[in-house]
Amino acid sequence: MTNQRFVSLWFRYLLTDWLTLKRPELKNLSFVIAAPVRNRVVVVAANSLAEAAGVHTGMALADANAIIPGLEVVSHVSGQEAKLLNALGEWCIRYSPQVAIDFPEGLILDISGCAHLWGGEREYLKEIVTRLISKGYHVRGAMADTVGTAWAVARYGKVRPIIAPGEQEQALYPLPPAALRLEAVVAERLLKLGFHTIKSFIHTGRTALRRRFGQDFILKLDQALGNEDEPLQLLQPIEPYAERLPCLEPIRTREGIALAIKELLERLCKRLYTDKKGILTAVLKCYRIDGGMVQVQIGSNHPANQVMRLFKLFELKIETIKPKLGIELFTLEAPKVGETDTEQEFLWSPEGCGLADKGLAELLDTLANKIGADKIHRYLPEERHWPEQSIRLASSLDEQPATVWRKDRPRPSLLLPRPEKIEVSSILPDNPPMLFIYKGVRHIIKKADDAERIERSWWEDQGQHRDYYVVEDEEGRRYWVFRSGHYNDERAGWYLHGFFA
Amino acid sequence: MELSNTKKEIFSRLQQEILLLEGFKPLSKGSGSRFGLGKIENAFPNSVFPTAAIHEFINTETEHAAACSGFLAGILKTLMSQGGACLWISTSRKLFPPSLSMFNIAPERIIFIDAKEEKEVLWVMEQALKCEGLAAVIAEVQEISIIQSRRLQLAVESSKGTGFILRNDPRKLGANTCVARWKISPLPSEPEDELPGVGFPRWQVDLLRVRNGNPGSWELEWAADQFITIEEKTVTEIMERRIAGHYA
Repeated sequence: MTNQRFVSLWFRYLLTDWLTLKRPELKNLSFVIAAPVRNRVVVVAANSLAEAAGVHTGMALADANAIIPGLEVVSHVSGQEAKLLNALGEWCIRYSPQVAIDFPEGLILDISGCAHLWGGEREYLKEIVTRLISKGYHVRGAMADTVGTAWAVARYGKVRPIIAPGEQEQALYPLPPAALRLEAVVAERLLKLGFHTIKSFIHTGRTALRRRFGQDFILKLDQALGNEDEPLQLLQPIEPYAERLPCLEPIRTREGIALAIKELLERLCKRLYTDKKGILTAVLKCYRIDGGMVQVQIGSNHPANQVMRLFKLFELKIETIKPKLGIELFTLEAPKVGETDTEQEFLWSPEGCGLADKGLAELLDTLANKIGADKIHRYLPEERHWPEQSIRLASSLDEQPATVWRKDRPRPSLLLPRPEKIEVSSILPDNPPMLFIYKGVRHIIKKADDAERIERSWWEDQGQHRDYYVVEDEEGRRYWVFRSGHYNDERAGWYLHGFFA
Repeated sequence: MELSNTKKEIFSRLQQEILLLEGFKPLSKGSGSRFGLGKIENAFPNSVFPTAAIHEFINTETEHAAACSGFLAGILKTLMSQGGACLWISTSRKLFPPSLSMFNIAPERIIFIDAKEEKEVLWVMEQALKCEGLAAVIAEVQEISIIQSRRLQLAVESSKGTGFILRNDPRKLGANTCVARWKISPLPSEPEDELPGVGFPRWQVDLLRVRNGNPGSWELEWAADQFITIEEKTVTEIMERRIAGHYA
């Protein structure tokens, strides 16, 4: 209980500040955020300009409109505060690992033992508050031994924001009863009874106070004073998937490195397995005693959390790790993880079911790590006629074709990466050639199909269309040849583009 | 006499066992010819196209390579009908994926690996053949040594996968442990029903070498999604004509 320190942050105009950040044109306008409550529209939040004019939270929108003609009204998105506080809370984890959301417009930081890292409590609080203000939020912060006092001073304090250890009682004296986080009814009753400051009732007998204002009131009072514990609902920081393995003796052998990798993978995979996640990329860092660091990375097509499978990928890279004098620390991180699909494991069978096969995925991972992922290609149909553009690379192993493979027109088994010029003789302009010479060999054409004209995608590139012919020579060899452009055009030329089966 | 008979029995039984190990699985009764290669399948022991094995194709010219990929596509269609993807490994790939759809293969089920050099092609092939989930693995290489082919053979014996080595423009054929050596050459197509133009793809299929089988040469056509050996076709055509004549 002792030595604990808390910071309470109060975002007075949380919603409106956020909206101003999002829509800078609202900066110099009075505006409110409103939402319908029981058949009438009520102001949920008003910005400082509107508030200065007399609009306050909970007022009917009609009244607010009467006070400020032409008031800008933005409709409220429910749950927005929680989202914003969550984001701000996560941001604040840099100042303390223990951050709790103080709904609806604050954060509580348990800063015990943190402040000295920033050079003292004053500098620490100043740093947090100025950083948040520079982001564009109206924020007030206070520091005290208890959550309750920090909360009270952040909202109602007028003197100084940092309450020295053990001085919470004195700090609370001049504050109004509402500073004790009381229910509105209780706070109002206290005011009616003439208790304008906490000092006026704090020394009254507990039993009398409990009887009149309830147990909750006593609890809040004791929590503020530090007589009672106050548990915090801490934000769960996103723990990175990382493991460390320090070694007592520097590791220099291949077997040693392999063992270390296995050990780290086992730990990491155990965690991943319980979280139903799998590794997409993993980075192994080996810190040597000479101060150097070696790093290897593996990638996986499917989220993987099987130790052996991942180890196989690392195994291919062990030889690139030069231990020199020895490695004293291994760390393994998984910067990219994905959800594992447990269903998929049921689909797996030794006969295989095509691309979802795990054996195949493992094989491709091995290949990608050894020869490079850019060497692995899979093609999907594209709705284009131009042969070179009629296929596109699949982006992943499970991507399905968006269109069908066209079978209505013959396409050659082999396609030359770039059409090769041939010499041709033909009698009639629109007929297939009678013979052509390719690589010095004359091919007399015995059979030919009618032309298939393929146009370029005019919106992409300009140039000649192509008239394709399927031709067969006297030996039965089948080719795909085309004439680029019109027959009488000077630029027209004949090309061989493919070979049919 | 009796002794020699039992010996013979033992021999034939052992032979069958060896065949089984080598990937010649005898057909279960009534399943018929699986690949529809007709008479060609009789060239193999047990009259079955060996699947847990490595086949070698010799392509001396690009036109042969084209014919070969057509023939191979016909085989792959059957192999892939069980599910399972294919790996196609090469250093300079010319295969045009859309053409596979003409043979009723979904081109997206083929994964292409573009290796740097032939050594890498063979390494990838060995890894792939060890993988059980694949329907077939195809590799384009110029040369393959007996040691390399043995490694591949060992891989398929454990995984029961099927491998195809397409040897484009080989310098020397040499010896290796492949189960069969094929050569597919284009043949002039026959006009279909007197229609002008290029007909169905037709090939000369030479089985140059086959382990424990009988090499041979056939004419084969791919029409209506299946292989048709030419004699068969003429016979059925004659039959059809005869029937037509009979009823006419």
